[in-house]
Amino acid sequence: MSDILKVYMDNGAAKPVDHRVIDEMNLYHTEFYGNPASFHTKGFEALKALNASRKHVAGLINADPKEITFTSGATEANNLALIGGVRRYKKRGSKIVISAVEHISVFNITKSLTREGFTVEHCPVDEHGVIKINELEKLVDDDTVMVSIMTANGEIGTIQPIKEVAEIAHKHEALFHSDATAAMGQIDLDVRASNVDYLTLSSNDMYGPKGVGALYVKTGVRLTPLMIGGGQEGGVRSGSENIAGIVGMGKAAELAKAEMAEESKRLMDLRDALIKGLLEVIPVSYLNGHPENRLPGNANIRYSFIEGEALIMSLDAIGVTLSSGSACAAKTLEPSHTLLACGLKHEEAHGSLVFTLGKNNNRGHVDYVVRELPGIVHRLRAMSPLTPKELQ
Amino acid sequence: MYSEKVLDHFKNPRNVGEMKDPDGEGTVGNPVCGDMMTMYIKVKEDKIEDITFKTFGCGAAIATSSMTTELAKGMSLDDAMGMSRQDVADALDGLPPVKMHCSNLAADALHDAIKNYKENKEK
Repeated sequence: MSDILKVYMDNGAAKPVDHRVIDEMNLYHTEFYGNPASFHTKGFEALKALNASRKHVAGLINADPKEITFTSGATEANNLALIGGVRRYKKRGSKIVISAVEHISVFNITKSLTREGFTVEHCPVDEHGVIKINELEKLVDDDTVMVSIMTANGEIGTIQPIKEVAEIAHKHEALFHSDATAAMGQIDLDVRASNVDYLTLSSNDMYGPKGVGALYVKTGVRLTPLMIGGGQEGGVRSGSENIAGIVGMGKAAELAKAEMAEESKRLMDLRDALIKGLLEVIPVSYLNGHPENRLPGNANIRYSFIEGEALIMSLDAIGVTLSSGSACAAKTLEPSHTLLACGLKHEEAHGSLVFTLGKNNNRGHVDYVVRELPGIVHRLRAMSPLTPKELQ
Repeated sequence: MYSEKVLDHFKNPRNVGEMKDPDGEGTVGNPVCGDMMTMYIKVKEDKIEDITFKTFGCGAAIATSSMTTELAKGMSLDDAMGMSRQDVADALDGLPPVKMHCSNLAADALHDAIKNYKENKEK
């Protein structure tokens, strides 16, 4: 067996924090630890950092700093936009429309809103995971208060046509929210061009610290706060600001803006080499998600006759870390709802592997996976009663 | 989290493969659920002389299949019919709770293989 490499390809689940971000944050734990609400030098230091970070995050998405509200992460931002939004605008209607491939947090938040009298419709997607615009047009009507469609899917990588979605939502005076978590630092997010009303932003997905995120709220659009307290963040989200975390997210946004174009190009080259290499060397394997219109760092490939958790465990044993859409790798014991929404059968969804590449990956990692995975697939297929004779 | 024994049986499964002319064979599970396994047995003087398996499924499915064959080899048919899923899990130093129902099917496949052997014998 060849030497074991440590290859982390689960950047969609968690990313390492950039050292430059940590260096910036450290000062705000030990030196500039003031409360930005305080009217003295220590407070001003913190307020200055808060404002600068807000500017960096706004700059990444072409927003005004006033439109950025810091939260404890992307999940809170989704809660704030969806629950806060529909409560504020409930007179506009009672229907919420989301896509069938939304993140679990959007599914569960909207499901919880049915207890407040809202109804939820799921817009279907095509085989590549792209929402069916003609179906969306039928679902969104004058009773629709909110449409929530993610910017890009973290599991299959598919990028959604959110500009068209915004047009459809606005035609019926519905609000449009988009969860941009998986897209952070990988593709351009221009809120003026896409015309979203609310945009969920994550810090760790662009190499910032965990425990911090933000919600973009378009000027003129409102929401009912969920966290009531001292009126921080313009009264939208109370609670003393997590200055060190916010500074980290600001620095991560600054770095993402400066480095994204080059890094995304690099990731695309790695991703394409990985997809091409794997599809070539392993028979009866297929790409999940859109063939072109996908996140630069995402590859999702499924292998017939075998199961994803066994693949993950085998790869883990040779130092390769990644995720699967298999039921056996999930808490729910259901295969990925995203893969099923794309029309895959349960047994097809079970054998999928999700590769999410990041800054830490290089060509050597891709070559290692392309070299080692065929043997693993072959071994598991040889063990499986489903594998046809000619493949054993 | 899996125990060391589960990891060992997953990485180095014992008695894997299809058997030529088995005396009995049993299949449980289905690909839709993500776990399916077949057990093959050879029987001599009411004892399991040889046993092999083929499994589609997660790490726990493969490890429980492997452990079941190890436990069953040399066992009397009556004892083997009494082997439970819990016995297999215990021999592997336990399984995560979520895996107890879905992936721990190998003992059932063994029981089916024994029933199949008895049916074949009556023919």
